[in-house]
Amino acid sequence: MHSLEIKDLHVSIGDKEIVKGLSLTIKTGEVHAIMGPNGTGKSTLSKAIAGHPDYTITSGDVLIDGKSILEMEPDERARAGVFLAFQYPSEIPGVTIANFLRAAQQARLAEGEELDATAYYKKLYSKMDLLKIDRKFTSRAVNEGFSGGEKKRCEILQMAMLEPIFSLMDETDSGLDIDALRIVADGVNAQRGEKLGVLLITHYQRLLDYIVPDFVHVMWDGRIVKSGDKSLALELEAKGYDWVKKELIHT
Amino acid sequence: MKPLSDPETLAPAEEAAVENPSVGIDQSAGNFSYDVTYEFDAGTGLNEKTVRYISSVKKEAQWILDFRLKALKTFESMPLPTHWATKDLENIDFNKIRYYLSQGQKPKRTWDEVPDDIKNTFERLGIPEQERKFLAGVEAQFDSEAAYSNIKDIVAKQGVIFCNSTEALREHPELFRKWFGKVIPTSDNKFSALNSAVFSGGSFIYVPPGVKVAQPLQAYFRINAENFGQFERTLIIVDEGAEVTYMEGCTAPKFSTSTLHSAVVELVAMKGAKIQYITVQNWASNVYNLVTKRGLAHEEAEIKWIDCNLGSRLTMKYPGVILKGRKARGEVISIALANDGQHQDTGAKMVHAADETTSTIVSKSISVGQGRATYRGVVHIPKHLKGCKNNTECDALLINTNSRTDTYPAITVRGDQHAVQHEASVSKVSEEQIFYMQQRGLTEGQAMSLSVNGFINDLARQFPMEYSVELKRLIDLEMEGSVG
Repeated sequence: MHSLEIKDLHVSIGDKEIVKGLSLTIKTGEVHAIMGPNGTGKSTLSKAIAGHPDYTITSGDVLIDGKSILEMEPDERARAGVFLAFQYPSEIPGVTIANFLRAAQQARLAEGEELDATAYYKKLYSKMDLLKIDRKFTSRAVNEGFSGGEKKRCEILQMAMLEPIFSLMDETDSGLDIDALRIVADGVNAQRGEKLGVLLITHYQRLLDYIVPDFVHVMWDGRIVKSGDKSLALELEAKGYDWVKKELIHT
Repeated sequence: MKPLSDPETLAPAEEAAVENPSVGIDQSAGNFSYDVTYEFDAGTGLNEKTVRYISSVKKEAQWILDFRLKALKTFESMPLPTHWATKDLENIDFNKIRYYLSQGQKPKRTWDEVPDDIKNTFERLGIPEQERKFLAGVEAQFDSEAAYSNIKDIVAKQGVIFCNSTEALREHPELFRKWFGKVIPTSDNKFSALNSAVFSGGSFIYVPPGVKVAQPLQAYFRINAENFGQFERTLIIVDEGAEVTYMEGCTAPKFSTSTLHSAVVELVAMKGAKIQYITVQNWASNVYNLVTKRGLAHEEAEIKWIDCNLGSRLTMKYPGVILKGRKARGEVISIALANDGQHQDTGAKMVHAADETTSTIVSKSISVGQGRATYRGVVHIPKHLKGCKNNTECDALLINTNSRTDTYPAITVRGDQHAVQHEASVSKVSEEQIFYMQQRGLTEGQAMSLSVNGFINDLARQFPMEYSVELKRLIDLEMEGSVG
């Protein structure tokens, strides 16, 4: 079992503090959902963990199995098992999905070791079959001219191929119609298990109908203000975020 | 034959570059020079004596000597094109250049003397050991003589002539003289005049009517079998309905002791003929590479230049096609990568001179660090023609914030029965894109390389397989120093 431990984390963009002391531990085999209104720092949290250069961690720590990852470059964190499914994935013109994933796999091998191309394609095609993705998809340039649904599916395919230990899924449901949402959720559920810890970041409860979380946390103004099980999400859906706000003021 | 002057007492050619650090970097870094004794050496500087000397060493006919001497006068009378081109040209000291060298003896350097970083470059490019020694100048001759004569013999059965220019001038003057200097007149520019005065080496190809040469003819073998030419002169004539593909250069860095390289390449495609000319060059960073390349396309003929420029201090090269016959087609596909201290000034010239002629220009440039890439193009369609088409597309990619790119497209279209399209774009590899790729486990350098390779991917695919694979590796190497 592995753990991703976020300890009293403070994150700033420029001079502005966005995450203001957040603590959370995720273990493999668990699915945690973070919910909250826009602008509370949910995406900032995931990007800071992944090591985005625009986000400064002013205090606190992020540890994998007790070892801090904050001194690591984004690519080192990725190779250590952290995967970020982007809310807005970048386009990489001229680089096909097949070549991109191949380069990403190659980067995980020791120097001088060559990726076995046959085994790679075998794995790629089996994951694509699992996610019901057409073979032609991989010869397209990464995210270039993709619809919202295609972009998210591409993220899920990458996650399936790279087999991370911890997956941070940033608003994976945004911009998806109900069919696309179901496909993406099926993809995540297929990968769910003892070997994977998931942090689902979402604005709406809707996604949680398809990916049922073990824990739900409500984020407000840079902190987790309420935690519970999946019923918390339903309560939120019924009462709205104002309910949390009022509770906060009263306590 | 004795050298005009004693080479031992002369300053090395690199000194000119070191003395003029106008590009803001120490030009001596990465240079390397060795003492080499040349059998034939025209000494430094250029005058009538130099030209007569070259001509006599090559045992040339009187008309060639006259041609050279006339070209020398033209060269001397022409100004440098610095009213539009970079002032860096003024740093060329014509008096310090050796205009003719013939390596008769084995060089005295050994493999152990070759710097480690250069050995590493060869290693990473996967260049066979034998070739490494040649490229590093450890061996005077790369043993490719056999490969070359093999190709030569195969195509000779179809009546194709493939030899060096010196040999062609001796053996086939009737073919050579008819087109020599006709596509690119001596006075075209100062450097074509210089080449006309002191040319040496280069290829000559003649393909008889209707013959389609199945395999690409490679200068790589031919040039390795002699010296790298400093002032190469290439003439390719493809007769009616015939076809040929010619490849020159290699992606391995060329370590040259001479700082000025000025080639002239003339192509002639007769009615319905097809010529594809592929160049991949990677010069040492002290080299001025000032090349004039032009093709003449007769009726329904097709000339395609595929040109890839890496390295050098300054490259100025604008392959052109004169579309002389009805329905002739011209195409230039170019990739340029300018790294720190380098200026790639490249582009294309399309001169429409008949009805229904078509030209296409696709140019992609990458500027790394303080590198500068310039696209300079001319498309000329005069009023009296009809049904001409041009499509120009130039895309620039900037890697660092201090990288530079310029675009100077000059499209002159007169008359109203033509279709012309021009598209240009400048993009930068964004931080978000790099972060995205890093998040998948690629290092910053690997991410940068992959982005650049993606940018040129559609053009690189048009290169022969082995070239595009090498090109990818080279870009990986070039990009390594660009991050951090």
